[in-house]
Amino acid sequence: MPDTPTNGPQRPLPQPIERTRPFWDALRERKVRIQYSPSSDQWVFYPRSHAPLTLADDLEWREISGAGTLYTYTIARRPTAAEFAGDEPQIIAVVELDEGPRLTSTLVNVEEDAITVGMRLRPVFDDIDEQTTLLRYEPAD
Amino acid sequence: MPGLTGNAAIVGIAEWKPERRPTAPPIFTLEQWAQLTRQALDDAGLSPADVDGICATNIRESDSFVPSTITEYLGLEVNFAEVVDLGGASCAAMVWRAAAAIELGVANVVVIAAPSWPSPRPPNPPAGPGSWRFGASSANYGSPQAEFDIPYGNVAQNCGYAQIATRYGAQYGYDPAALAKIAVDQRVSANHNPAAVFHDNPITVEDVINSPMIADPLHMLEIVMPCFGGAALIVASKEVAQRASNRPIWITGFGERVLHKTPTYAADLLETALLPAAESAFQMSGRSRADVDLIDVYDCYTITVLMAIEDSGFCPRGEGQQFVREHDLSFAGDFPCNPYGGQLGFGQAGLAGGMSHITDAARQLMRRSDTHQVPDADVAFVTGTGGLMSEQVALILEGD
Repeated sequence: MPDTPTNGPQRPLPQPIERTRPFWDALRERKVRIQYSPSSDQWVFYPRSHAPLTLADDLEWREISGAGTLYTYTIARRPTAAEFAGDEPQIIAVVELDEGPRLTSTLVNVEEDAITVGMRLRPVFDDIDEQTTLLRYEPAD
Repeated sequence: MPGLTGNAAIVGIAEWKPERRPTAPPIFTLEQWAQLTRQALDDAGLSPADVDGICATNIRESDSFVPSTITEYLGLEVNFAEVVDLGGASCAAMVWRAAAAIELGVANVVVIAAPSWPSPRPPNPPAGPGSWRFGASSANYGSPQAEFDIPYGNVAQNCGYAQIATRYGAQYGYDPAALAKIAVDQRVSANHNPAAVFHDNPITVEDVINSPMIADPLHMLEIVMPCFGGAALIVASKEVAQRASNRPIWITGFGERVLHKTPTYAADLLETALLPAAESAFQMSGRSRADVDLIDVYDCYTITVLMAIEDSGFCPRGEGQQFVREHDLSFAGDFPCNPYGGQLGFGQAGLAGGMSHITDAARQLMRRSDTHQVPDADVAFVTGTGGLMSEQVALILEGD
């Protein structure tokens, strides 16, 4: 994990809102918890007030393994914003959870030439500070 | 299908030469609106008194009440007042909205403008980061991007288009030389267009592939050059078009499709919004792909052009790279694509970048493109792309 630069702007961190806090709280406990809509048998990410497509208001939180596959990625050779100076190359990934939804993450503990679309991934819980844990991913095997 | 009947036309054009470093002083957006409107009306041979509709994007002087702020400043009284917020698709979206208002009989002469020249900074600018700090990704409190994308560095636009290109490559294979050729062919056209920022700079496929990798697989020369500029169009009814100065360019078909904001949440990243938008435009106009003399497709990146060629139906999905290898995309080629150089060669002047494809198509069909004229151009296919490939507008334009 790259160290936080000692100078320059602070990295932007999530500011959880009441509705999304269960997701972030779960990461703190080394768990992945996302929403599920029973009426449409649909897993949902990111957390919302209503299920996409059906707008059902029956979303409930369920724990999942967090395992998934690499849907796509890029390796940013220049910082994607000034706040990420020093982090390059940033391996910015779209992970497809086994339950279906996709999320944004970064890959860690992987060599660049070992990255392939479709590779299996497992969660890495990255404690940024007292409040924030980010969900990163590494190769599953 | 219901839709436009081709009774509204582009009749006037104003476009400022894009500049990377502005050689004229900053002016306010409202002043740009006045200047661009005046120039476009002069080009059409019409007067401000003829205008009864406006279509705008955001302006710096007011966060809301945009149309009335503009009409007041210009002294206009209008029956149609619209603001469009579709990023690079905004200008194409404004064109069909103007045509629809005219065909409904709501308005006769609509001004569309995209002022993109620098504005003066306030003497005491507010503290804090600018709103465009993370590109199109919103850092506002409560924004899904602020909470779930920006903290991972997934910031529009390079990242998103690079992810699209990676996924495309995983599905269909990826030939960097074919993608590079798009930039090279468009640069050939730019080299013949005195208004292009890269008028004097030819490039080769090797130059593109050897330019720095910004976000794999996108090289620097496959990424649009941000510029300053501005553009406006006059769209008019048939009655007005017949007494205007230029060959009327009829808007005979359009399609619009808006999906997600961030590629992460696409239902399928390769099922683009352009497929249905292009199909709608062709069906509405009654034209076929074979009728098209030139295409002006939104080109923020080379991958955008490749997917536009495929998803507009000019070649089957997954065969775009072969198509690009086999065709000359320059203005003098057998498949003219962005014959003014495209944003990649002409420059991307903010939202006016999305107007440049329309101004080029209109000028080509008016036969006013001199140095880079496509011979006998009568039918053009145009796209505007906003967001991350996820906001798409397609237009069919036809000469009188």
